[in-house]
Amino acid sequence: MKCFSRYLPYLFRPPSTILSSTCHTEADIISTVEFNSSGELLATGDKGGRVVVFQREQESKSQPQRRGEYNVYSTFQSHEPEFDYLKSLEIEEKINKIKWLPQQNAAYFLLSTNDKTVKLWKISERDKRPEGYNLKDDDGRIRDPSTITSLRVPVLQPMDLMVEATARRVFSNAHTYHINSISVNSDLQTYISTDDLRVNLWNLEITDRSFNIVDIKPANMEELTEVITSAEFHPQQCHTFAYSSSKGSIRLCDMREAALCDRHCKYFEEPEDPSTRSFFSEIISSISDVKFSHNGRYLMTRDYLTVKVWDLQMENKPLETYQVHDYLRGKLCSLYENDCIFDKFECVWNGSDSVIMTGSYNNFFRMFDRNTKRDVTLEASRENSKPRAILKPRKVCVGGKRRKDEISVDSLDFSKKILHTTWHPHENIIAVAATNNLYIFQDKVN
Amino acid sequence: MFPKGTKRKFSDSGEEPVSSGDQVPAAPSVATRSLTSSYSLQRQSLLDMSLIKLQLCHMLVEPNLCRSVLIANTVRQIQEEMTQDGTWQIMTQALAAAQCPTDRLVATEVLCRQTDAAAQAGQSPKPFSVGGLEEGYHAEEVVMEGDVETEVTMSTLAPVSPQLSSASYLAGPFVMGPCWDEDEEEEEEEEEEEDGECEEDEEDDSEDCVSEGEEADRDHLSPDSRTGEQVFGTFEIKHPAPPPDPALEELFSDVDPSYYDLDTVLTGMQSAPKMGPYDLLESLSSHGPTALSSSSSCRSDLNELDHIMEIIVGS
Repeated sequence: MKCFSRYLPYLFRPPSTILSSTCHTEADIISTVEFNSSGELLATGDKGGRVVVFQREQESKSQPQRRGEYNVYSTFQSHEPEFDYLKSLEIEEKINKIKWLPQQNAAYFLLSTNDKTVKLWKISERDKRPEGYNLKDDDGRIRDPSTITSLRVPVLQPMDLMVEATARRVFSNAHTYHINSISVNSDLQTYISTDDLRVNLWNLEITDRSFNIVDIKPANMEELTEVITSAEFHPQQCHTFAYSSSKGSIRLCDMREAALCDRHCKYFEEPEDPSTRSFFSEIISSISDVKFSHNGRYLMTRDYLTVKVWDLQMENKPLETYQVHDYLRGKLCSLYENDCIFDKFECVWNGSDSVIMTGSYNNFFRMFDRNTKRDVTLEASRENSKPRAILKPRKVCVGGKRRKDEISVDSLDFSKKILHTTWHPHENIIAVAATNNLYIFQDKVN
Repeated sequence: MFPKGTKRKFSDSGEEPVSSGDQVPAAPSVATRSLTSSYSLQRQSLLDMSLIKLQLCHMLVEPNLCRSVLIANTVRQIQEEMTQDGTWQIMTQALAAAQCPTDRLVATEVLCRQTDAAAQAGQSPKPFSVGGLEEGYHAEEVVMEGDVETEVTMSTLAPVSPQLSSASYLAGPFVMGPCWDEDEEEEEEEEEEEDGECEEDEEDDSEDCVSEGEEADRDHLSPDSRTGEQVFGTFEIKHPAPPPDPALEELFSDVDPSYYDLDTVLTGMQSAPKMGPYDLLESLSSHGPTALSSSSSCRSDLNELDHIMEIIVGS
């Protein structure tokens, strides 16, 4: 694995986490991670509704070998727990997804969503403040107008850097079911939010109205057999988006064809292999994540056991299939019993679309090089992560004799799952969320 | 060769022995399937597990629609296969005769509707004869087969129309009135349901008939949604279980109906609405079939994990 032969792991945690990782609170579980489009910022959302944004240090000339580290830049409470009085249900504040808007001015903008509401946050810096008002003191006390004898012009004075986050838009009341994904359009004016049965199109400026562009809710809910699991806009074509389903299919839709994009223009599905058919076939074919490649020519999908790369021009089968943890195929019944079979893993491309990455259990994550066809399993764990240490490839032994540093399938910890990962848009820096810990790994450059 | 009367072992068909791992084997031919008791036990166990999971969907704070749909599809798949084998009909008949049907009725009804009015509703006595009970079960069987006759049968039961909705829930312990809805169009749905899921009707054919019955029911019930519950309450009181048939009981001894125990289910619902799935699984007595060695080992794995976690946290 050329690019990740050496690593510099850094361990970050959101500031409010209890120090010991064995007794973290549930609210600290990281539920999403996302680099912004320049890679300068990294946002994480957690189950408690908080967003923590990390910023990369400027590389200093004096220490060229020390790559920029990520430090906490801003922390804010994005979503609060709500109560739906109509249905007597709590609405979780867990952040399901964060998507950055490309930077257009000095401020940063991101969209964050929980199950029901999407919010647009503006993160801006303040490092100057005006001083020298006429009608009030610098402390803020009002001056008696009769004591003012001359006028002065307030001037901006430097102050300690303050980063503030303000909610600029709240997009609510458009989803009956739980939002699973959001995606910003390349036109930078619209975005889609997707729940189990519908996809809605929003304008970033307009919060009281959205357009429903996909609706797979059957007239009779008893006939429901398929739900939408994820949707994403094409990275360049502002009229194209794709959505994946729980039956293992992906539909590509063109918004120019009709207002309601129920008729897909492309349908991607791989025929089932009859030799591996079981009662769990449908569950493990359910797609948990769909991502366009940066160049817009490929689609990547993640189902329970594999990652597949699809060519947009070829609908009947994927271009490439990568086995993430095929040794679990013989354990599907247990994984069904303990609900692990329903875990939704994400997948991610590197900047050049040559390497793909996804998570697994036991805090393992996997990378596949599409060109060399080599793959590696790495572990995000405290014990194995001394600063500047190199990550050692891990191996799962499927049977027979176990080598010394291998781990057997039965010893895997299924409570330690890496569902969320993200890759820097240009460089070989990855962020991996392992329960309540965030690991940032960098490629060491000599 | 095999002595007379011995069934062929599943492994002799050339496929992987199921007892070695917990993998559900690839679907063999119908003939082979029907002969393999271990496969059908395993399938039954999977069905039971799926139903428990579906029931648990009601209990969680945030029902997950995707998960519920996937589990329901699995249940449907199992049921279709069992129907092909012919084991489905046998089982529903046996269970209907062998168990107290009313518990099951009320359990499923209550699970679906999320009200406990069924147990407590004021009684407006409506005399149901035992014959009516049998008729109800006849409707159940017919519903399962999805015949055209279903409609005819149901219409003959029209005088006891509230029973129709019970028939829809009645159709096997595994078929319950579907209610995926999330109260989106309130004017269309008179029943008050909790957000999301009930178990889904399994047979596509029966769905149409049943949904008609249900809709008729809904219209019927709209002025007073308690009527159905009153009926079920009456049903429960008036008709104790017929004595169980020992032969059938033996045949289905591996199916442990205790997880249909109303008390456990209701207690779980009322007292701990946020109970996690494993809490409830443990509170329900473990169901019979342990042909899946993995299921018991998985549970013991979980127990071990818990034990280890306790040690770590304790230290």
